[in-house]
Amino acid sequence: MIVPFSHVLFFAGILFLMGMFCAVARRNLIMIVLGVEIMLNAAAIIFVAAALRWQHLEGQVFVLFILAVAATEVSVGLALIVYGYRRTGSFDPGTYNLLK
Amino acid sequence: MTIYSVIFYILALVILASTGLAITRRNLVHAVVYLVFSFFGSAMLFYLFGAPLLAVLEVIIYAGAIMILFLFIIMMVKMDSIHERQYPLNQLLPAALMGVLYLVLGALLVSTDPNSKVTLAVAMALPQEFAKYLFERHWLSIEIVSLLLLIALVGALHLGRRKEKEGSAKIP
Repeated sequence: MIVPFSHVLFFAGILFLMGMFCAVARRNLIMIVLGVEIMLNAAAIIFVAAALRWQHLEGQVFVLFILAVAATEVSVGLALIVYGYRRTGSFDPGTYNLLK
Repeated sequence: MTIYSVIFYILALVILASTGLAITRRNLVHAVVYLVFSFFGSAMLFYLFGAPLLAVLEVIIYAGAIMILFLFIIMMVKMDSIHERQYPLNQLLPAALMGVLYLVLGALLVSTDPNSKVTLAVAMALPQEFAKYLFERHWLSIEIVSLLLLIALVGALHLGRRKEKEGSAKIP
């Protein structure tokens, strides 16, 4: 017996809120992508706990796909950030105001 | 209270503390290193929840590959300090209100659901069983994900390519 399922839900919910705060309130593009990673990780924790709760492997399979999508998102996102840095010389999304 | 629940609460505290430190750091290298600690904690949590293969993959992919990619990017470009946003009161008040509302609704939703009262039992999905289940039922999704990774590789290469003749492109 580990813990009630609700404790895991509360814990992962707080982790998700932390990631959301990081993605919304920070002003650095790299920190925004880090916040998205934290949110994906919180979702993965809930999926693994739900797989244990219902004794079914489907949740663990979905975490594998979350890992693959997170890797994809990070590689393309960081390439986009470097591209934007080359164009504007800054990581502040507030300076990305050119339309050419 | 069994030893497993003690381990869960300790891991939860460590993960929340290291994530909270990571999202408030000014220095990006410190933030990434704190986040590596957080992902190691998540991997141990996966092991506690009976997913040893996913725990190993979390360490390899999240803490290993993704965070090192972040470190590469941070160290590759010179980072000028960005003035972080000050929170004006007329934005902070609605944000705090919505956050508290969301928190209360989520707590109500979780605490009133009869499904969430169930205590998790200790179980373990062996990697063999997991892989058999994965490739018997979800082989098409595996192929689609592999295609997605290939497309991401091509896209990242295309975006990272340096344009030789372009006046507007500033090359550091």
